[in-house]
Amino acid sequence: MNLHAMQRDFRRWLTQADAPAAHRLAGADRAGLDVYQNNYRVQLVGCLETTYPHLRTFIGDTAFRRAAVHHVTRHPPRAWTLDAYGAGFERTLRTIWPDNPALHELAWLEWALATAFVARDTVPLVPARLAAVDWDRARLDFAPSLYLARLTTNASDIWSALQAGEPAPDPTLLPEPTGVAVWRRGFVARLRVLDPLAYDALVLARAEHSFGAPCALLVERLGADAGVAQAGALLADWIGSELLVRVSASRQPRKETP
Amino acid sequence: MPAHLPPPVFAGYGLGLRREHYRDFLETRVPVDFVEVISENFMVAGGQPLDILRRVRERHPVALHGVSLSVGSADGLRGDYLARLKALVDAVDPLYVSDHLSWSRTGRFNANDLLPLPWTDEALDVVCANIQRAQDALGRAMLFENPSSYLAFADALMPEWEFIARMCERTGCGLLLDVNNVYVSAANHGFDPFAYLDGIPAGRVRQIHLAGHSQGDGLLVDTHDQNVPDGVWSLYAHALTRCGSVATMIERDADIPPLADLLAELDVARALGAAPALKESVLKEAA
Repeated sequence: MNLHAMQRDFRRWLTQADAPAAHRLAGADRAGLDVYQNNYRVQLVGCLETTYPHLRTFIGDTAFRRAAVHHVTRHPPRAWTLDAYGAGFERTLRTIWPDNPALHELAWLEWALATAFVARDTVPLVPARLAAVDWDRARLDFAPSLYLARLTTNASDIWSALQAGEPAPDPTLLPEPTGVAVWRRGFVARLRVLDPLAYDALVLARAEHSFGAPCALLVERLGADAGVAQAGALLADWIGSELLVRVSASRQPRKETP
Repeated sequence: MPAHLPPPVFAGYGLGLRREHYRDFLETRVPVDFVEVISENFMVAGGQPLDILRRVRERHPVALHGVSLSVGSADGLRGDYLARLKALVDAVDPLYVSDHLSWSRTGRFNANDLLPLPWTDEALDVVCANIQRAQDALGRAMLFENPSSYLAFADALMPEWEFIARMCERTGCGLLLDVNNVYVSAANHGFDPFAYLDGIPAGRVRQIHLAGHSQGDGLLVDTHDQNVPDGVWSLYAHALTRCGSVATMIERDADIPPLADLLAELDVARALGAAPALKESVLKEAA
């Protein structure tokens, strides 16, 4: 058997417990192959346990293991780092428990926090150096660790309680969806619940790389004076919280005046 | 063209850096000569892991030890992996860069485990081509570790130690000798571990791992979750007579004990390394 064929058979054994492949690899003695298969499965389940500690606590070891085994069986790893294996676990939870959105959202939060933890570093902005910025024309860049989502359940309360070592509340649907931001400030990954208008403004500012777009939104919703005041307060918060990490002089080259 | 492997100028005693001991290494003066880190844990874009590595590097020489190069993959190496590893090597200026004589990737599948190779001419060609590509990308010779194995392929043409000797000769790479893995594989496959140590090119060994294992169902399993057992210490003493003094460390991957326990184990290695009788035999062999 050539090396390619051997490695394909090994993959079939690890991922599908394929008996003909096992026979081609080891004949009748599968003791060694069993060790490899056990190591493979245990490592992947352990990786999910490490990535989703609060989800595991929330649903219990038995349910978590059921979901993890389901995931390992259907989603062989592809990346060179085990850190990537937790991606997509939320979809597995949707398959197993389609009517429990709190679980899906709790998984989203834990994956976002884990990813933010090792996102690219940035340098905090110095407010004094922003005095001369033309905010109408400036290009805004937000933290590469920033993840935004609109949650329909109290998953953020569940996460916060478990993070504090307290009993988690029962999962419930919220009267209205609420926005959350996950990002890293310094070396600490953070989770913050945002009021709907602040969430919409942040989504817009990041998508448009501009301050003008969220300003227009706030003025439209709150009126001129209150909208401008709210925009200023949000901008100060984005800078102070290290959500906003770069302000460039211009979003686009100035057009030549004829 | 084979890489140039520098002579073994470093001969200290170290530990694998594990999360449980970060605080010890950052806040106290830990009596080790070097630390080894798992490369992939630090091949990340940013955040606290890289900061910890930078601060530990200010205090200790660091060896990079990878688990995902997949040097035995018939599909070759991943360019993105090599680029990330190169960036880490440039940032750390490590004592050594090592990985395993194994494979983990075929096609789009990556097992993230150290899977066994058949000791055949075809596998040797694949391994050597991949090692040469990796060494070219990194601009330095690498070390490769003998993994524990639980499966012997029927079409093997040579013993593992001969495969390793030919690999070193063709690529110029060095060896990271895991004495526990020799012990485990010898028990599982019924070969003489001392013959293994006598068969590898001892002059190519730059680093030694010491670890423990567990008894599985009819096989020893390389769990790295136990103290170094007597049988492994005996093999280590023999390895010292063959390899001389090279960087030696305790590699503990699970059930991590307090740092003091690992330092006590490391003292056993220091004592063996300092034994006059051993020194004499090493000198005799060198002469």
